[in-house]
Amino acid sequence: MKIIVCIKQVPDTNEVRIDPIKGTLIREGVPSIINPDDLCGLEAALALKDAHGFHITALSMGPPQADVALREALAMGCDAAFLVSDRAFGGADTWATSKTLAGAIQKLGFDLIITGRQAIDGDTAQVGPQIAEHLGIPQATYAHNVEKVCGENAFVVERLFEDCRQKVKVKAPCLITAISGAGAPRYMTVAGIVAAYDEKTVDMLTFEDLKGFVDEGDIGLKGSPTQVRKSYPKAAKGQGIVHEVSEDEAVEIIVNKLKEGGLI
Amino acid sequence: MNFNLSKKHLLLQELFRRFAEKEVKPLAAWVDEAEEFPYETVKKLGAAGFLGIAFPKEYGGGGADNLAYALCVEELSKACATTGVIVSAHSSLCAAPIFEAGTEEQKQKYLPKLLSGEWLGAFGLTEAGAGTDAGMQQTKAVLDGDNYILNGTKIFITNADAAHVYIITAMTDKTKGTRGLSAFIVEKDFPGFSIGKIEKKMGIRGSLTCELIMENCVVPKENLLGSEGQGFKVAMQTLDGGRIGIAAQALGIAQGAIDATVEYVRERKQFGKRISQFQNTQFELADMQTKADAARLLTYRAACMKDERQRYGSQAAMAKLFASEAASDITRRCLQLHGGYGYIREYAIERMMRDAKITEIYEGTSEVQKMVISAGMKVN
Repeated sequence: MKIIVCIKQVPDTNEVRIDPIKGTLIREGVPSIINPDDLCGLEAALALKDAHGFHITALSMGPPQADVALREALAMGCDAAFLVSDRAFGGADTWATSKTLAGAIQKLGFDLIITGRQAIDGDTAQVGPQIAEHLGIPQATYAHNVEKVCGENAFVVERLFEDCRQKVKVKAPCLITAISGAGAPRYMTVAGIVAAYDEKTVDMLTFEDLKGFVDEGDIGLKGSPTQVRKSYPKAAKGQGIVHEVSEDEAVEIIVNKLKEGGLI
Repeated sequence: MNFNLSKKHLLLQELFRRFAEKEVKPLAAWVDEAEEFPYETVKKLGAAGFLGIAFPKEYGGGGADNLAYALCVEELSKACATTGVIVSAHSSLCAAPIFEAGTEEQKQKYLPKLLSGEWLGAFGLTEAGAGTDAGMQQTKAVLDGDNYILNGTKIFITNADAAHVYIITAMTDKTKGTRGLSAFIVEKDFPGFSIGKIEKKMGIRGSLTCELIMENCVVPKENLLGSEGQGFKVAMQTLDGGRIGIAAQALGIAQGAIDATVEYVRERKQFGKRISQFQNTQFELADMQTKADAARLLTYRAACMKDERQRYGSQAAMAKLFASEAASDITRRCLQLHGGYGYIREYAIERMMRDAKITEIYEGTSEVQKMVISAGMKVN
């Protein structure tokens, strides 16, 4: 069985600042990381590999610097890595991104696609579900746990919501969007990093490579129906009020506040 | 000459940093305070491949190099010097001599278990009357049929009670002095082998420094490491490599102290100002970082020379001499910048200052390093 895990390299949002004049993200000096939900997707895929020996391909779309995110995926235990990268893909919104990734996935072939639920830089949670729609395959979002059904070409996915859990069975080929699971994402290993640089490769996929799988009208800025007009930092919240009171009094104050606001 | 780490080394450094931050730093105060060996951390170190970094994959190692190994010990020691020396003693003092001086059978038997972390390693050279004067060893090994019978006591052995396998030096021919010394691979459960007193130390308090006692200890003769009489050479070569590890440990302690102090001086206010605003603070830290960087360059140079199979003994001694003295100096000055809080155990800096001192002593005192360096210079 072949699993493709989509990962995105994102700026570590703990370190990000916004240029107050241009309104754009200041990327210089900000460390890049694999999007946290995507790391959960990698862990889910690698756990399936541990149990069943599946072949795992890590796939990313981004500038050439995203190479390091894919090396990290290889160092965690992925078998192959592809970077979809071309100036023609630049400026893509979620539609153009999902169209491009769907094309690459079709070219590579798959039984299961795992993406993270959402990226911490855009927070849309759209790309995973859109890929499934473009490919016409079933999807199970918010996956907390994924298990292969014995003797069937299907997976049981435990979906985690704020107030409940849901178990669904999904037939392959399908797409799953992952959230943090029971086990924390594994560390890379020393031998894994050595293999990622000395033995394995990150293969580039350009627009030329994806011709026949994605249309020119669906890529990059031109293929993007949404355009960002302005980015700006959220206004700071007002000063909080500190009550130095006992626990019981604190509960009363909070309950009264919630009642005042009509929330309870 | 290129002073940049390769992409591969940068990713390795990132792995070591993340691991140290998440798995090692939160336990550092407990390891020190309770004098507890971090067994759980060591299991995780093994799983991530930190106990076999610079050894070939065919023996279960990471297939990386000594530069990567130095980066690892540095990053771990920034967070916890005890954890740093556990890795250093295991790798440099036990796995390395087996890899460098062992027979193929010895390598096949011991390296996979050591490099995966299933077994931990240690090294026994020092005795009560033979520290720097390593030729004065009293431990004896006598060949009796298919076995050597070892008798003697080793002291100050890092990892001792946690380890499963030891490189032990013993006299096979006392009349030949250092040329009568031989090295053996000794397993913990060999008959006649036991662990003695666990030392109470000033620093690196979780590293289980113990006596090793051999009373008619039966060691199969195939566990002789190298040939009879080569023990001193094996030990000296082992310590050359070990000095890269201790230099990296000292460097990590120094950098960890500077990082903690920068954080502290940005917060702490006196006379209505953050103390980072005082020029004395800025100049002190600038001076310390310069020293730490010099120690880093010396350490990485020695590691790279070992990787390139050049003679690196003098360079490893210089790295160890400079980095250990820098660590002691830097931690003391960092504590001073913390003022009274620095003397309180709630802050890591007092632990770092206690941990730093041993780096000037073990695996060759600073004075021994100067002997090695001056001999390399052919001064006399």
